[in-house]
Amino acid sequence: MSDQRGMVQRRGLGHWFTHLGLIIGVLFIFFPIWLAFVASTVTQPEIVRPPMPLLPGGHFIENYSKALFSGVNAPVASMMLNSLIMALGITIGKIVISLTSAFAIVYFRFPGRTVFFWLIFLTLMLPVEVRIVPTYEVIANFGMLNSYSGLIFPLIASATATFLFRQFFLTVPDELTEAARVDGASPMQFFWHILLPMSRTNIAALFVILFIYGWNQYLWPLLITTDPSMNTIVMGIKQMFPSGDDLADWPVIMATSILAMVPPVIVVISMQKLFIRGLVDSEK
Amino acid sequence: MATLTLDNVRKSFGATDVIHGVNIDVADGEFIVIVGPSGCGKSTLLRMVAGLEGITSGEIRIGDKRVNEAEPMERNIAMVFQNYALYPHMSVFDNMAYGLKIAKTPKDEIAARVAVAAKLLQLEPYLDRKPRELSGGQRQRVAMGRAIVRKPAVFLFDEPLSNLDAKLRVQMRLEIKQLQRELGVTSLYVTHDQVEAMTLADRMIVMNAGKADQIGKPLEVYENPQTEFVAGFIGSPATNFMPAGSVGVNVGKTVGIRPEHIQLTDSPTRLQARVAYCEALGAETLVHLRLPHGQLITVRQGGHLPLPSEGTDLWLGWHDAAMMVFGEDGKRI
Repeated sequence: MSDQRGMVQRRGLGHWFTHLGLIIGVLFIFFPIWLAFVASTVTQPEIVRPPMPLLPGGHFIENYSKALFSGVNAPVASMMLNSLIMALGITIGKIVISLTSAFAIVYFRFPGRTVFFWLIFLTLMLPVEVRIVPTYEVIANFGMLNSYSGLIFPLIASATATFLFRQFFLTVPDELTEAARVDGASPMQFFWHILLPMSRTNIAALFVILFIYGWNQYLWPLLITTDPSMNTIVMGIKQMFPSGDDLADWPVIMATSILAMVPPVIVVISMQKLFIRGLVDSEK
Repeated sequence: MATLTLDNVRKSFGATDVIHGVNIDVADGEFIVIVGPSGCGKSTLLRMVAGLEGITSGEIRIGDKRVNEAEPMERNIAMVFQNYALYPHMSVFDNMAYGLKIAKTPKDEIAARVAVAAKLLQLEPYLDRKPRELSGGQRQRVAMGRAIVRKPAVFLFDEPLSNLDAKLRVQMRLEIKQLQRELGVTSLYVTHDQVEAMTLADRMIVMNAGKADQIGKPLEVYENPQTEFVAGFIGSPATNFMPAGSVGVNVGKTVGIRPEHIQLTDSPTRLQARVAYCEALGAETLVHLRLPHGQLITVRQGGHLPLPSEGTDLWLGWHDAAMMVFGEDGKRI
């Protein structure tokens, strides 16, 4: 008992201050999101009349169903579906491609291995924006404007992920590879049965990062989707802003913003569990 | 079960030769230990037998079948690695069963074989655990179990005990020996620890700089080393080497005398030396003496003999038969 009391006392003040600091920090960062949420639950006149409301109003269901099923240019539900397909396509594609290319670079000796590695590495220095005009040209010639493949393929190769997996594969002890060879595993069996399960922590981490990267794509979908039914949600929000003398439907725009945040949050929270479990079960 | 033959096996990495032609005939069921200092090529040799390293020239035969070009799997060998190389994400059962699963062995046979190995190695309570939940000795056993379930023609051990603490090492050494006797599988075991080599081997191969200096039964090698290197490497404390001239031998370059073959006396015998320090180990005492020109000589005597005090001058005596004479080229004369 005395021990426990001692511990509480020792932690006491500093403990509370730390928490206080963190709570203030969280509130500070959370405030704009709260405002967006409040704005999505009131009516248009309530927003434009100062002072701005700080507590949620009673139009939650009305605003959100309006956003989801009719939207401004296109229903948010279909934009979210587009975004989801694009983000998942980019994420899964990137992970598959970078896993296999890292596997090739680390475990196989083939002519030009280092050249290929450095070529991949070089593309790290070329963000989408730099090559956006030629990429657009290529996609347009392939007739992939306003299509999922056009949204996904140009963003699917990832030097960063390849590099990450390469570094991870290099830390896998050679003896494990040799043990698998002695056990008679073919290279692909080694990949499926041993390398892939061992990389699942890295895959989970990358999934989170890449999903958010894919979800937040703005410039590329803006360029190649002219058909509102192919709009993604992040660019869709911008499209909702009024042009000329139109009135902005702020409650619906804010509801869309809040909705746009939900999938990344779900991904982060659900993958975080896997991620932390992976960290705790450190297996090297 | 099979014989294993290495016929003038050589290995070079680019222009550097690491194995300079090794010849060994391993009988069926024999336990062969390859011992040597770091970098003598012993692990490379083992990996060549395993098929993890290419063979530059020469031939390796397992049961009279040339295996130079065969994949590790086709050679019908099993290997125990120094750091165990267990698959971290698989349970003990899956670790042992993996090779059989790849070979598409029927499920019930896999279960039966793993059960037998687990019983043999006292791993039954741990079959569902992951390698990280096991102690070092248990992991070592799993690595052995993985080798056993495949019923290979040859076991290959690559310094399997060097990651264990001293006490466990002695225990596992006995277990390995016992297991090998029980299973009767031809084994090749690499180590740098001469005690392991002496205790485990039916025959041992002492390697030095890519060459097999001597092949023979442990005691034979100990009592009758063929080269200066073998005389110095096998035996602890190491053999004392003195220039041949200084002990009155007219042939050869150096003379080696094992520490236990020297007697210390007060009355004049062969050489006089001053006691530098003593290490009393209980059953025996190691006396380190300094010759007049500065060389240190180690003498091993029974623990019951009185400890000579440091700084006293004593005489070293030995029988002629105890002298091992080596020539310029390091070979025994």
